[in-house]
This record gives sequence, structure tokens and C-alpha cells, in this order.
Amino acid sequence: MAVTTETGALLPRQPPLAQRITGSTGFAIGLYALVMGMLIYGAYAGAAQMGYNWQWYNIPRYLWTYTEDGFQLGELIVGLGMTFVLSIGSFLLAVAVGLLMALARLSTLVVGKALALALLEFLRNMPLLVLVYLFYYVLGPIFGWDRLTSSILCLGIFHGALLSEIFRAGILSVPKGQWEGAASIGMTEAQAYRYIVLPQSVPLMLPPLTGEAIQLVKSSAIVSVIAVAELTTVGRNLISETYMSFEIWFTVAVIYLVITLLMSFGVTALEARVKHT
Amino acid sequence: MLGEAEDLDVAGGAVISARNLDKYYGDFHALKDVSIDVAEGERVVICGPSGSGKSTLIRCFNALEFHQRGQLTVQGAEVYEGSRDVHRLRQDVGMVFQQFNLFPHLTVLENLMVGPLKVRKLPKHEAEAVARRYLERVHIPEQADKYPRHLSGGQQQRVAIARSLCMECRIILFDEPTSALDPEMINEVLDVMVELAEDGMTMVVVTHEMGFARKVADRMVFMDAGEIVEVAAPEAFFTEPRTERCRAFLQKILQH
Repeated sequence: MAVTTETGALLPRQPPLAQRITGSTGFAIGLYALVMGMLIYGAYAGAAQMGYNWQWYNIPRYLWTYTEDGFQLGELIVGLGMTFVLSIGSFLLAVAVGLLMALARLSTLVVGKALALALLEFLRNMPLLVLVYLFYYVLGPIFGWDRLTSSILCLGIFHGALLSEIFRAGILSVPKGQWEGAASIGMTEAQAYRYIVLPQSVPLMLPPLTGEAIQLVKSSAIVSVIAVAELTTVGRNLISETYMSFEIWFTVAVIYLVITLLMSFGVTALEARVKHT
Repeated sequence: MLGEAEDLDVAGGAVISARNLDKYYGDFHALKDVSIDVAEGERVVICGPSGSGKSTLIRCFNALEFHQRGQLTVQGAEVYEGSRDVHRLRQDVGMVFQQFNLFPHLTVLENLMVGPLKVRKLPKHEAEAVARRYLERVHIPEQADKYPRHLSGGQQQRVAIARSLCMECRIILFDEPTSALDPEMINEVLDVMVELAEDGMTMVVVTHEMGFARKVADRMVFMDAGEIVEVAAPEAFFTEPRTERCRAFLQKILQH
């Protein structure tokens, strides 16, 4: 149904008032604030009940200090740096592994297909924690990998397997006619991938790829079990020294949240640009 | 079955020579003992009901599909599954598809340049010159910087023709080039094809545009159920088809 103005132009019918309120940005932000407020209040109330001694004033020096010696990064931020090294290193590896596995599965080689599928099913159905132990305690000594190398390889290969499914779906979503168009001007399969198919499938892959990158930042915390000095490990160590578990876990959580939210926003902006061209 | 049509076949100087081709899709016998020669500069129009194997046949000519029995020689080189020079062959043998198959992420100019640049390895300014020359030839130089989706169907198909020309191909295969077009755009594409024919391009055209066939074809080929049923000069083909199947088909499509 539509409402007609005096000039006769059609206006879309307004949704009912209740719907307009619940659908508004303000309402969403308000609701979010309310829920977060309740959570934080709950934590404080619980802590008060158990007589927890809050020491927030001690937290900033684990982030950074500024004394007459100059500006110095705190332990948490140094740990965050290691989280970045881990995440970026294993993400690059994951992209390479994922692309290779996807191409192997899409190839006409029976051996390539079978190997890629076997690897995918193995990695996808194995708890990441077990993989971390496997890489550090079994493969590590055999190949002489240190903690960081084992961690990057483990995370990279595990997430590579997951990425391969994203790549495969993206490549398969390009219509067959594009391959034939590329073939008809004499392109080899490799050229068709590079100039025709991948440029069209990458924009489709971006959203799930971001999800996976964020997942990777989060799952990098798991290597704290083999004591790689990344953010979570640093947090754990600080707590065993200072007993400020609430403050430090809250701080660590917020740092992860800031990083992953920034990544989300960054990719949303990137997607908008890709879509535009 | 071919009868005196054999006389029309060209023995020497054939750029495409198919001998007793058979092709199956699973149990479906798509091509049955198909033999045909196409001479340099010749225009062959293939027609027939859908599913008769016309598209399959011309897709074999540039190795998008492979026959399973028989012998196919294109530009003097034998084509078979696993033959090494299919990429080289496809540069010489252009293909225009029913659904255009333009590259949507590239502008019209880039669609035309990507082959010369990446496959023929021309320097950029030469590739662009080639692209602009052929865009001129299909009469849409002003569309160079648009994306394919902003063009009409007829314009897109003309870009697709130019894309094949940019590879300096010697033969162009047309697979129902006007079937996906709105009626008012069919002529602009056919006009370009007639001009190509006048310039002496070797063309194998699968189409139901009988007006076009009458105007440019040197030979008409009628296929049904995977076989070549009739081969004739256009005049004879339209006025006195020899087989019942061909007569019935022509009656159906020429009714209006």
C-alpha cells in the first residue's frame, strides 16, 4: 500500500511506530550499552561479594610506562606484538596452504584431489589443541622447530585447511563460461586463474576470509599452552606474579576485542571499495 | 547419406578437416560419424534442431571439447584430447559464445587487451592499439571504458567478436551468437558478421538466422541427432532440401 501526496507522488508506507523504534540505530546502541552495563555490574557485584581487592591503578604499567628513562612498552603490549607476529605469519602461511589445497582439489589430478581431501578432513576434525601438541612435542623435535616455528606452522596449516574451502567455493562460484571465454583467447589454465577467475572470486572470498583472519587472531591464544610469549601467555604469567586475575583478564579481553573489531571495520571499508570498482 | 554433397567438400586447402568424428557424453551419442571440411575463407552455416550436436561440433574445432573417435585436423595440426598445442590452436581459432562470456571485472578495452597482452605478449601500447582498432571495426569505439554490464546485449556480443579478432585469429566459430539477444539487437551483430565475411574471414556459424545464412553462407550444413544430414549450397538448401528431416526443420523455422 502507498500513500499519495498532494502532488500525486507515491511515498512508501511508514512502518508502525514500534517497529521504527526497535529498528533504529539509537535503540540498538542503547540495548547494547544496557547489556554490557549489566554484565560489568554483575562482575563488580560478584567481585565485591567475594571481597575482591581491585587494583586497576596497577594495570597501566603493564601497557606502557613513561618515566625519565623514556617511553617503554609494557609486557602486555610486547605480548600483543608477539600475537601479531604469530597471526600475520600463520595467516600468510594459511593463505598459501589454502590456495594450494584448493587448487589441488579442483585439479584433474586424482592424487592431488585425494591428498588435499584427506589433509582437509584430518585437520578439520582434529582439535586444534591436539594439533598444537603434535606440532610442538612430536614434529618439533624431529625437524628441530622452536616454539614459535611450531606454532606458526600449526596455526598456518590448520587455518589453511579451513581457508581452502573458502577459496574452493569462491573459485567454483565463477561461471564456467568465464573459463571458456579465457580458453577461447588461448589462455592456459594458469593464466585463466590469474587474470580472469581469481580477480572475480576474491571479492566473494573477502567476507569469509576476514572471519577466518579474526578467528586466527583469537585461536593464536591457544599456543600459550606451549608457552609462546604472546598476549594470553603474558597475561597468565602476570597473574601468577600479581594475583590480579580480574583486571588482567579484562584488559586482555579488551585488547583482543579492539584488534578484532578494528579488523572487521577495516575489511568492511575494503569491501565497499572493491564493490565500487 | 551425404550423396553429391561430397562434391562440395574441399579436399586440399582445408583449414578444418573432420573425419568420422564420434563423441559421447556418457551414454548419449552426441556426434555420430561426422565428417566435414572447411576451406580457407569459406563461410559454413550449421543449423538443426537443439540437441543435434551443432555446438558440440564447433566446440571440438577449438578444443573446448574433444571427440573420442575419428580424426580432426585444424590448421594442419591434429587435435585430440591431450594434444599439446590447444592454447596455440585457440589463438588461431576464435570463438563467439551465445552468452558472450565477456569478463565482467574488466572494462571493454581491458577485455580486448588481456589476450594480446598476456597471451600474445604484446607491449601495452601495441595491445591497446590493436584493441582500439577492432573496437572501431565493430562500431563501438566510444564504449571502450565501460564495463560489459553497462552495454546492451548487441554491444556485448560485438565486443566478444572484437575480442576474438584481437587475437588475429584466422578462423572464427560462432555458437548461436544472436540467440540470447533481444530481437532489435540481432541485426547490429549480424551486420558485423556480414562485414567480417566480406573481408574474407573463415567462419563456421551455428545459427537459426536464415536471412544471414542466405546472404553469406558458401555452404549450409543441416545436423540432426548428432549426424550431418545434409550439406548443400544455400540456394539449393533453401529451395529444394533433399531429405525429409531437413524439409521439416526448414518448414518449422521459416513459417513466419
